[in-house]
Amino acid sequence: MRNAFVLAALAAPLVFGSPALAQGAAPKPPPPGASSCSGCHGAAGSDLPTLSGRSADEIAGSMAAFRSGERPATLMNRIAKGFTDEETRAIAQWIAAQGRAK
Amino acid sequence: MTGFSTDRRRVVAGLAASASLLAAPRALGQAKPKVVVVGGGFGGATCARALNRLGIEVTLVEPNATYTACPFSNLVIHGSRDLSAQTFTYDAIRRDGIAIAAEMASGVDADARIVRLASGATLPYDRLVLAPGIDIRFDALPGYDEAAVDVMPHAWKAGAQTALLRKQLESMKDGGVVVMSVPANPYRCPPGPYERASLIAHYLKTQKPKSKLLVLDAKDSFSKQRLFQNAWKELYPDHLEWVGLAGGGKTTEVSVKDMTVVTEFGRHKADVANIIPPQRAGRIAADMGAADRSGWCPIDPVTFEAKLRPNVHVIGDAAIAGAMPKSAFTANAHAKVCADAVATLLRGETPGEPKLINTCYSLVAPDYGISVAGVYHPAKGVLADVEGAGGTSPLEATKDVRALEAKYANAWFQIVTSEVFG
Repeated sequence: MRNAFVLAALAAPLVFGSPALAQGAAPKPPPPGASSCSGCHGAAGSDLPTLSGRSADEIAGSMAAFRSGERPATLMNRIAKGFTDEETRAIAQWIAAQGRAK
Repeated sequence: MTGFSTDRRRVVAGLAASASLLAAPRALGQAKPKVVVVGGGFGGATCARALNRLGIEVTLVEPNATYTACPFSNLVIHGSRDLSAQTFTYDAIRRDGIAIAAEMASGVDADARIVRLASGATLPYDRLVLAPGIDIRFDALPGYDEAAVDVMPHAWKAGAQTALLRKQLESMKDGGVVVMSVPANPYRCPPGPYERASLIAHYLKTQKPKSKLLVLDAKDSFSKQRLFQNAWKELYPDHLEWVGLAGGGKTTEVSVKDMTVVTEFGRHKADVANIIPPQRAGRIAADMGAADRSGWCPIDPVTFEAKLRPNVHVIGDAAIAGAMPKSAFTANAHAKVCADAVATLLRGETPGEPKLINTCYSLVAPDYGISVAGVYHPAKGVLADVEGAGGTSPLEATKDVRALEAKYANAWFQIVTSEVFG
C-alpha cells in the first residue's frame, strides 16, 4: 500500500508534469522557407537589410517585386522565384509577427 | 486521466508492471524532453539554440573551446584577414542556458539512446542531432596521410591548417609554384576551392608576380564555373592555370618527400602544395551506423532523421542533402528546420514539408563577389531544387554589382555568425 503511494507520487509528475511543449502551448512551426531568412537578415545596421519592424504587406510586396523583376536585386530575385504567392504571404506574416526574422 | 484518480493503485501497478517507468521514463513523457546535439559548428550550434528556444533541454557536445569558421578563411590565406576574425566562443550559447559537454563524443548506443563521452560519462536522449561536419579521408589519396598535412596543408578545416598555408605562401620565394589539388564531388563547400584559387592568384599577382598557381581538379565542371573562369581570364591570366579531369587534372598520389603532386598525366613539383583531399562525414556518424557506404548520411528530407538510425537526425555537411550543397548557410538552414521537426516529433505530431534556402557567396577578388542561390523542397525522398528558382550571379555585370556582392558576402558572415555564436 505504502509502496503504491510512493510510486504514485513518482508517477504523477511524470505523467502529468508534461512540458508546455506537449500541452498545445508550443509555438506554431514557421511556414515553409521562413526559418532560412535569418541566415542573411538580422539586426539593423548591416549592409543586408533587416526585416525587423517591417509589415507583412511590405515584405510580401518586396518579394513579389523581386519575383517579377520589377525590383532590381543581386540574388533575392533568384530566391523569390522559389515561393508561390501563398507561401510568400505566410512567410511575410510569420516574420512580421516575430518582430524580426527568426 | 480520470482513471488515475479513481483507481490509482491499479494504474500505478500497471505502470510499474510495464517495467518502463524507471528504465525508460521518456516513454511516458518526462518533465522536459532531452535532445543531445553533437558538434558545435554552424549546424550544431544553430540547432542547439533553436531547440533551446523551443523549450527543449539541450546538451551540446563540443570538445573545442572555440570554433574557427571556414567561410572567409580564404581571405586569411590571401593575407588580408586575421584568423581571429574567424574564431568564435560558446559563451553566448552557454548564457542561453544550454549545457555544453566540452569533450569528444566517443560513441552512441542508438538502442539505449545514450551518447557516450570520452570521459566515460553518458548523456541520455530522446532524440539526437548529429552535426559532426567532415573528416578528411586519409585512406583515399596515396601519400596523403595524417603526417602529410603538416607539409601539404589541406586547410579544409579552418584553424592551424589555415595559418600554416598562409605562412607557406608568405615564405615562398617569388617565382614559386603553388599547386592546389581539388577532389571529386561531394565535399565541403563546392565553390570553396575556386574562391581559394582566385584569392591565392590575387596574392601572387599583387605580391609575388613571377609566381604561379596550378589547380589540379578531379572534375571537369564545378560550381559557378563560368563566372570563375571568366574572372580568371580577366584578372589572373598569367597567374592561375586550371586543369580539369579531361586534361589530366585528377591527383592520384602525392609525395611529401619530393613536394610533388602526381596525376595520371604527369608529376608537378610544388613550392607550396594545398591538397584538398576526399572527405566523409565526421567519424561518429559512421561509427554509429548513420553513414552509408559513401561515407555520408542519408536523411529524410522533411525531418533530417537518419534513414539508417531512428531518433537520430543528421544536419550540415555530414548529411546527404540532395541538391543542397555542403555550406555553412545550408547547415544553418538545416538546423532550424531540424529543430522545428524534432520539437514537432517530440509532441507526437507529424512535421509539415519544409522549404529551405541556400546562398553561397564567393570572392574572386577581395572586392569582386559572385553568388549562387537555391530554394529546396522534399521531392522523391530527397531535397530537390525548386524549379525555376535559384542560380548564379549574371555572367555580365558591372564592377559595382560585383563589389556589392562582395559587400553582401561580408554582411552575411557577420549576420550568420551572430545568429549562431553571438
